[in-house]
Amino acid sequence: MRELICICCPRGCRLTVDDELNVTGNFCPRGIAYGKSEVTNPTRVVTSTVRINGSDLAMCPVKTSEPIKKGNIFKCMEEINKIQIEAPVHIGDVIIHNVCGEEGIDVIATRNMEKI
Amino acid sequence: MREVDLAIIGGGSAGLSAAVSAYDAGIRSIVILEKGPFLGGILNQCIHNGFGLTEFKEELTGPEFAARFIAQAKERNIEYHLNSVVSSLTKDKVLSYMNPEEGAVEIKAKAIVMAAGCYERSAGAIAIPGDRPAGILTAGQAQKFLNEQGYMVGKRVFILGSGDIGLIMARRMTLEGAKVLGVAELCAWSNGLNRNMVQCLYDYDIPLYLSHTVSKCEGKGRLERVTISEVDERKQPIPGTEKVFDCDTLVLSIGLLPNNDLLNNLGIPQGRSRGSEVNERLETSIPGIFSAGNVLHVHDLVDNVVEEARVAGKAAAEYILGTAEKTDNDIKVIPGNMIGYVVPGYVSSKGEGKATLKFRVREPSKNVYIVYTLNGKEIKKVFKPVIIPSEMEIQSLPKSLFNGESGTLTVSLVKKEEVK
Ligand SMILES: Cc1cc2nc3c(=O)[nH]c(=O)nc-3n(C[C@H](O)[C@H](O)[C@H](O)COP(=O)(O)OP(=O)(O)OC[C@H]3O[C@@H](n4cnc5c(N)ncnc54)[C@H](O)[C@@H]3O)c2cc1C
Ligand code: SF4
Repeated sequence: MRELICICCPRGCRLTVDDELNVTGNFCPRGIAYGKSEVTNPTRVVTSTVRINGSDLAMCPVKTSEPIKKGNIFKCMEEINKIQIEAPVHIGDVIIHNVCGEEGIDVIATRNMEKI
Repeated sequence: MREVDLAIIGGGSAGLSAAVSAYDAGIRSIVILEKGPFLGGILNQCIHNGFGLTEFKEELTGPEFAARFIAQAKERNIEYHLNSVVSSLTKDKVLSYMNPEEGAVEIKAKAIVMAAGCYERSAGAIAIPGDRPAGILTAGQAQKFLNEQGYMVGKRVFILGSGDIGLIMARRMTLEGAKVLGVAELCAWSNGLNRNMVQCLYDYDIPLYLSHTVSKCEGKGRLERVTISEVDERKQPIPGTEKVFDCDTLVLSIGLLPNNDLLNNLGIPQGRSRGSEVNERLETSIPGIFSAGNVLHVHDLVDNVVEEARVAGKAAAEYILGTAEKTDNDIKVIPGNMIGYVVPGYVSSKGEGKATLKFRVREPSKNVYIVYTLNGKEIKKVFKPVIIPSEMEIQSLPKSLFNGESGTLTVSLVKKEEVK
């Protein structure tokens, strides 16, 4: 049994998900899908920054290209914090391949940063 | 003196969007003046995702969203000046700005779009008793230090105010290794979006203290300790409810205010949003001066900012080209029961189409009607199962409902039980 708040709309229904994955407390069907995935495999997009050399700011913002397992968030941060990159960098450039060993999920740049 | 058609104050998402829409409506002589070293405004430091769901149908981070609008402006070769603070503006639309390359410059514009964004309420705006050590700063300042310079503002952090920027920073600082001890909120409800409550506080077990405030700050040189207390209905601390936290940093997320001095100084009336009062075309009381984005009213979603700024950019273009439809502004729109503010402040009774109204409620409410009355007569009501202050409400009223009548349009919230 888990109690959750649905985050799919501002109503914020209080959901209860039992061990057979039955969702109650939802006002609309979206709450069911959210409740199930949040209990079985909760995932989050991680956004952070990496140190960049040779541009006008010290940090370049990055994100995971897909949501990663919630349990991997801090491991992902460790990998991100180990990296330093060189300018120039463009939106979508891959900074880390297969982050936390999650196949096909990369850490990518989210800002264009020119060399100065 | 140099003359241009359109001058835009601020190169954030509102300024860029207004420039693009004016260009697409046929204006070529446009200048954007931006105080900072980049285009894109505040979005550049908002590195989290969740932007763009309406505008681009995908979930982008702040810098990615900004980059798309910067690209749209650059594709059109729209002129912009960085590091250029607009320091004055006259009723005749002469503005002065200054930058390291050009020095002090004056230009005269046929039309102006004000898009200078908002600023954060800081420690001076609220009276926290106790010492004034280092280590007290706003959430936006902490965000800028960390996301642009890689500088962490503290190791043990307490947050005052549950606004979204504070919640986002609670998560961000936790991920970077700080211990966020808690968030105190004066109201009995959270002022952040649900998704931020869940993803930023609950995910990391950060406690939220509702109906609490910081009642004391202590520290010599650097902050060492904050005390929080529960508050009564009059928002006064209740003795005996104190909790003490050892921390080196207090982050304030206690509200945003339109950065509207340039227009206020011209004597343009202010609305309850603390931005200028405008009509449906987002034009102020001075013809040809328009306002959009956070300087008009604080938005929670940038998607709504760029949409609003498109209206202002197009209206400015029509003003310059002399093709603007006449607006009577003969209906004054006012916030009634439980409504914080409504934008625009004036609409015209005549004309085709719809009047779009944007407003916020004062408190979270359930099972209520939004009731529109024109000169005391109800013309429409809309049922809302839930309505909360942190989400701006946008509604359209068909003008046929006005029946050509001038007067006062009031927007109010009425409980379901009280509606006949
Ligand atoms: C700290 C912070 C965090 C936010 N986080 C989010 C978020 O997570 N999600 C979201 O959707 N919205 C967020 N917002 C709201 C966000 O501001 C809007 O979504 C949108 O980006 C506002 O656009 P704007 O152009 O009105 O303002 P801004 O982006 O602030 O742009 C205004 C620009 O005007 C410039 N300027 C100001 N005064 C002058 C002057 N005198 N002369 C020349 N230039 C001037 C400023 O430098 C700035 O670049 C946040 C706001 C703040 C303050
Ligand atoms: S269950 Fe449906 S109505 Fe309730 S919060 Fe989720 S999306 Fe909104």
